[in-house]
This record gives sequence, structure tokens and C-alpha cells, in this order.
Amino acid sequence: MSASFEFSLARVGAMTLRYSYLLRSSMPRMLEMMYWPTVQMLTWGFLQSYLLRAPGGLVGADKTTIAAGSLIGAVLLWDILLRGQQGFSFSFLEEMWSRNIANLFMSPLRPAEFVASMMAMSLIRLFVGMVPVTILAIWFFGFNLWALGLAFVAFFAILIVFAWSVGLFVSGLLLRYGLGAENLVWSLMFVIQPLGCVYYPVAVLPSWLQPICWALPPTYVFEGLRGVLVDHAPRVDLMLAGLALDGILFTAASFAFVRLLAAARRAGTLLQTGE
Amino acid sequence: MALDTGPILRVEGISKSYAETVAVKPLSFALPAGSVTGLLGGNGAGKTTTIGMVMGLIEPTTGMIEIFGRDFLEDRYRALGRMNFESPYVDMPHRLTVRQNLTVFGRLYGVRDIKGKIEELAADLALAEFLDRPSGRLSAGQKTRVALAKALINEPELLLLDEPTASLDPDTADWARAHLEAYRRRRNCAILLASHNMAEVERLCDRVLMLKQGSLVDDGSPAELLTHYGRANLEEVFLDVARGRANGAAV
Repeated sequence: MSASFEFSLARVGAMTLRYSYLLRSSMPRMLEMMYWPTVQMLTWGFLQSYLLRAPGGLVGADKTTIAAGSLIGAVLLWDILLRGQQGFSFSFLEEMWSRNIANLFMSPLRPAEFVASMMAMSLIRLFVGMVPVTILAIWFFGFNLWALGLAFVAFFAILIVFAWSVGLFVSGLLLRYGLGAENLVWSLMFVIQPLGCVYYPVAVLPSWLQPICWALPPTYVFEGLRGVLVDHAPRVDLMLAGLALDGILFTAASFAFVRLLAAARRAGTLLQTGE
Repeated sequence: MALDTGPILRVEGISKSYAETVAVKPLSFALPAGSVTGLLGGNGAGKTTTIGMVMGLIEPTTGMIEIFGRDFLEDRYRALGRMNFESPYVDMPHRLTVRQNLTVFGRLYGVRDIKGKIEELAADLALAEFLDRPSGRLSAGQKTRVALAKALINEPELLLLDEPTASLDPDTADWARAHLEAYRRRRNCAILLASHNMAEVERLCDRVLMLKQGSLVDDGSPAELLTHYGRANLEEVFLDVARGRANGAAV
């Protein structure tokens, strides 16, 4: 327990510097950050083109939705969510893999500063990985995510805060249970994909499943995206609800992280991290 | 700079239990400035757990820890900037160069002139030739020197060492011990050292806590322990304790 709530931007900067050293030290890793989002965007973009051009293909409202770019837009936003969480968790895993956790937790670095540096790094990794892909989407398919303007800002905010919440919770599990929980880093977000209604409206799901979908902030983003693209009407109500849910989930994830860190101290696992 | 006139570290009745396993039974000791206290014992004696509790990485089941006159369990962060540790079982990021690693830790500890401090440590610990080499490409001896540089980067007043010379060749181990002795003299720093290297404990420590299966079985200066057990060196004392013998006779 600590009675001190001091927060130092200098220490956040030190950790961000450490992760940027890591990032710069490996060109393959830099390229990999762009590689998967590019592959995803191209695959779904070409599928979208095919659906629109195939004889006897989509008609009516379905065609309008797809033609507006809902598939490729959803793919790009999904990647922001997925890569945002993985960027956060990857920084954390680097500490576990290099057996550096004990060095950090007995330094003056506060858990909140550590978390803030992982958030900063998740933004930097997203910037490096996603900006080129959004430009490629304009070039290949004429889809401009940036043209969504303020709606995109709201989508991004909801997705990244949710990504951090998941990353924070998984990091707590890693502290408590060690690298045995590593698979969650790579797999947990994929549970969210079908429930977040990335590629289809909530209405197509069974009615008993819909309340679960509406408990997830990404659902508000993907519903909102379809609203913006098809109706050209930003759904402020959805964005506010998504942000409110984000606030609740981020608070819950922070609480879980603190509890799991305390449990790790009780169980002595902070000294036993590493491969 | 320690303003406190009392001990740098005071531990009262700390113990650690995991479910039904008792790792450390209630243990009390204090470290004045400038002292070196050794935790001596075999595998599973509770040395690393004790060091872990003093580092704030393991929460004691009972007891209190006071560092620089303050309750460490209530507010560890006031103390952490004035202490540091070294262990061969805790690494630094492999892909960062030595200079990058030391820069990051210098910033975490709020060192003012980091470049100057790294140059000073590099000269002092003979790191210059591999300062710009990734930490993962260093030999065991070089890694120990770097770990020592990290442990000294904030000029700690309390230094915790967990088997600092494990897996080092005798020459490098001797060099590391000499450096620690010099640092302790220069900084009047208190050192808590966990080891099962008798020569190391005998050379560095002015007080030894002998642990066995989580219990404190003896406590004194190396000379007092030798007299008490009627032995010529601490290795023989260690064997007496480990095998449950008093003065060489089985008990």
C-alpha cells in the first residue's frame, strides 16, 4: 500500500524512451506493425470491391452500406482496437520477457506512471502502424477514414480507451500468474470481435445476445460508423454511451490491476517473472 | 543523504507464509549506516524472500519494515529513490545497449547529470568498451558490472544484494567484492547481502544472520560465529548449521 500519489512525467518519459529504444532497435518489428493491418485492409477492401461488382450480388440497402465503405472502415477501426491493446500489452510483455519487472517495481516508478508509459507507447505504435495503412486505403479503395472528422476522433477515443482497459486487465493477470497468462494478450480481443458487431449490425444477433453486445464500448463505435457512412448522421447518443461505458470499464480494469498487483506482492510472483 | 540518526533499515518480526508453507519465520534485525549484514543459508533458507520483502516486491505476512525512519509498507516510494539492488536473477532489457539501459534507470531514479554519471560509472567499473553494446551480448562478468552500475546509479544509501557474485569466476567475483567494499566506505551505505558464498560473507560482512528453513538460527559477527562454533572458517560453521550440529557435534 502507498500513501504517496505523486505522478512524475519525467519517469513516464523515461519508460517511453526505453520502449522507443526497443522499437528503433528492430526494423522487422517496425515493419510487422504495418504488415498485418495492411494485409487485413487489402483483403477486406478487395472483398468489398468484389461484393459491389459481382453480377447478382448485393442490392438495395446492403449494397448502399457496403458501397459507403462500412467493411473497410470497420477493418481499419478494428485494427485500431486490436493493435492498440497489443501495443499496450507488448510493452508490458517486454518487461516480463527480459526479467526486468523487479528492477522497475523497486525503482521509484509508480504503477500509474508505468501504465501511462504503456498508453503512450500504444499510441506511438498505432501511429507508426496505422497511419500508412489509412493512406493506402485512400489510394487503393478511395476510402478516407480521416474524412470522418470529429466522428473519427470519437471512435478513436472510445476504441483506444477500451483497448487500454483490456491491456491493463491482462497485464494484471500477467503480474499475478506470470507468462502462463500470455496467450490472453493475443487472444482476448478476438472474443470481443463477434460481440462488438464489427462487420454487422447488432440487430442481426439473437435478442438474448444483444444486451451483452451493448455492454461493450466497441459496439457503439461500429454501429456509429455504419450510421455515419450510410446516413451521414453522427450518432452523438451512441458516442456518449460508448465513452461512459469506457469510463466504467477503465475504472474497473484499473481497480483489477491494483488488486492483482497486490496479490502478486502477496504471492511473491514479482520476483519470479521471466521466461 | 540520510538525516535519520537511527538505523537505515529496521525490520521487526517480518514473516512470510504461502498457504501452508512458511518461507520466513518472524525475523528482526537492523542495519546502521555503513554496515554490511549478510543473510547466510542454504537453498530454501529464506534469504531471497527476506530480501524481496525489504525490496517491497513481496508483502510480509506479519511484521513491519522501517527504512530511513519511515514505515516502508505504508509508503515505499519515499524510500525507493534512496535504495537499489542487484541480483543475477533479475536482468536488464537485452536489446537495449548498456548506455540506453543506464540512461533509462538514471531517469527513473531522477539522476541529475545522467551522461556524466554514466561516464563516471563506466570509468569506475570498466564499462567503456561495451557501453554501446546490447546488454544481451555481454559475458556473465560484464553483465555483473552493468548490474552493479545500475545498482549504484542513484548512489543508494541502502543497497540490497542477492547473491551478487553467483556464477562469476573468482577473479571477477573478487573484483566485484572489492568495488562494493570501496563504495560502502565512500558512501557510508548500509548493505544487506544474501549469499551462500562463505568467502564473500566473511570478507564483506560485519554481521551475519544465519537462516535455516526460514528461521534465524544464529546472529553475530563472523568472528563471533567462528568462536561460537569453534571453527576456522564460515564454511564449516555453515555446514554445522545446515547439518544441525553444535560445535561440530551432531545435535
